[in-house]
Amino acid sequence: MTSELDDLYQEVILDHNKRPRNRKKLENADRQAEGYNPLCGDHVNVFLKIEGDRVREVTFEGSGCAISTASASLMTEAVRGKTLSEAKELFGRFHGLITGEPGETSDGPGLGKLEVFSGVCKYPARVKCATLAWHTVKAALDDEGEVISTE
Amino acid sequence: MTTTSQPTITGQATNAFDVERIRRDFPILSREVHGKPLVYLDNAATTQKPQCVIDALTTYYSEYNANIHRGVHALSVAATEAYEGARLKIQRFINAGRPEEIVYVRSATEAINLVAQTWGVENIAAGDEIIITGMEHHSNIVPWQMLCAKQGARLRVVPLNDNGELELDEYERMLSPKVKLVAAAHVSNALGTVNPVERLVELAHAQGAVVLLDGAQAVPHAAVDVQAIGCDFYALSSHKVFGPTGVGALYAKYDLLTKMPPYQGGGDMIASVTFENTIYNDVPHKFEAGTPNIADAIGFGAAIDYVTAVGMDAIAAHERDLLEYATEVLSSIPEVRFIGTAKARAAVVSFVIEGVHPHDAGTILDLQGVAVRAGHHCAQPVMLRFKVPATVRASMAFYNTRSEIDALATAVRCVVEKFN
Ligand SMILES: Cc1ncc(COP(=O)(O)O)c(C=O)c1O
Repeated sequence: MTSELDDLYQEVILDHNKRPRNRKKLENADRQAEGYNPLCGDHVNVFLKIEGDRVREVTFEGSGCAISTASASLMTEAVRGKTLSEAKELFGRFHGLITGEPGETSDGPGLGKLEVFSGVCKYPARVKCATLAWHTVKAALDDEGEVISTE
Repeated sequence: MTTTSQPTITGQATNAFDVERIRRDFPILSREVHGKPLVYLDNAATTQKPQCVIDALTTYYSEYNANIHRGVHALSVAATEAYEGARLKIQRFINAGRPEEIVYVRSATEAINLVAQTWGVENIAAGDEIIITGMEHHSNIVPWQMLCAKQGARLRVVPLNDNGELELDEYERMLSPKVKLVAAAHVSNALGTVNPVERLVELAHAQGAVVLLDGAQAVPHAAVDVQAIGCDFYALSSHKVFGPTGVGALYAKYDLLTKMPPYQGGGDMIASVTFENTIYNDVPHKFEAGTPNIADAIGFGAAIDYVTAVGMDAIAAHERDLLEYATEVLSSIPEVRFIGTAKARAAVVSFVIEGVHPHDAGTILDLQGVAVRAGHHCAQPVMLRFKVPATVRASMAFYNTRSEIDALATAVRCVVEKFN
């Protein structure tokens, strides 16, 4: 099939869609936020366990398209163990990658595995799928209780 | 309607129906998307426009653009004639009894809101009931919810069976003298179901209820005769029937229309104005305040001329073939499950693919040039009823071909491969 297709749906994305990591409710979570994408009806819940200023554990619940499921799964791996400010900085850089507007931090270290989402910026209709879990984890990091909408 | 030979469903276009010639009338159909020929199967969202409709717009703007109903000069007379001429075309297209029964609106959505805010506010009181169906587009749900909340009335919903057809027994049981209005889709945009509208109207009228039909998805597919159906209101939209966006029509029975209060106030809807007293204009102008969408109304008329020349019966026959063919080829893909399998169906196939979210399917189809809708189709209650987050919907028009259906099937197979 086309290389465009393979660029968007890279193996890592297909794998995390099929076998999402850390998809479970976290009992005794310190923080939690809910995200909603009204466009496709996708819901995601993100749970955080925080020790000091570090994210000890992060999980998600919800189901959606492959891009949003894989993004949530990879987000949990990326955020785990980060300090709160590192995690927020990562959100900023990931957002830049997806929207094709790298911020001033773009010359920092690479995004590693998260770069599999770089193809998404060419598909404006799918950007919100890739960023839903990240907006939600940011809300949890900021401890904003309300439902986060991508609109 | 133009006469056509009775086509048999063999997949061969009848002599009267030359799809390749028709396709040449639609300039957009020859473009490519992602390097592939465009296969446009999102006609329930909006249809493509033939060159004659595009020309009608440019001719109006380049040759006789003027305001209507008020000028004495030549351009204004020409614009008024074209604008009112289009109203006559709409009247004939749906066989309304008289041109005054056609009110120009922005869209099918506005047609429904107009009825809710004028007829509805005067005729729906506390304790009354409004019946809608489980397959309505949001535009035939929300205006009635708003009206019910305002008037203290109750909204009731006719359930669907597993094929996506109305439970008519249930409908009959729901009807009572409390029911003042039944609002139903003629054809469902999400499922393709064609409702037995004559029967719905007959049963409602027997209980004294007024009937509004949302015909947005019906008029592109087959000849519609509002007098034969017997409905009181009928909503339609230009952009769903090969005309421009931004204009639609409300059909309302003359006797109802003359009793309805105005919708918006302003110019054109009045006969005379003093600060003490305003006398409203006659129908339908009473409901058309302000400078209307002149150009697009004229374009709407051109679209009606076009489909009438092709022949609505020939269109219906060609689409019946496409629907049968699409059902057949997609059924041969084991991962495909149809949502909406009504016996009477317009050329719409709504389906899910095992293990694949409709959004991903939509993107992969797009990369192969196949434009479909992946989502809830502004009919979230339908998605809930069938317990799916969304569906992939291929909605066909008379310019689609069997080979485009093949392209759809190939693209769906590619989705299946990618995700398994
Ligand atoms: C069944 C149905 N009703 C109403 C509408 C709304 O039509 P419009 O775009 O003219 O407001 C649509 C369009 O999506 C539709 O499919």
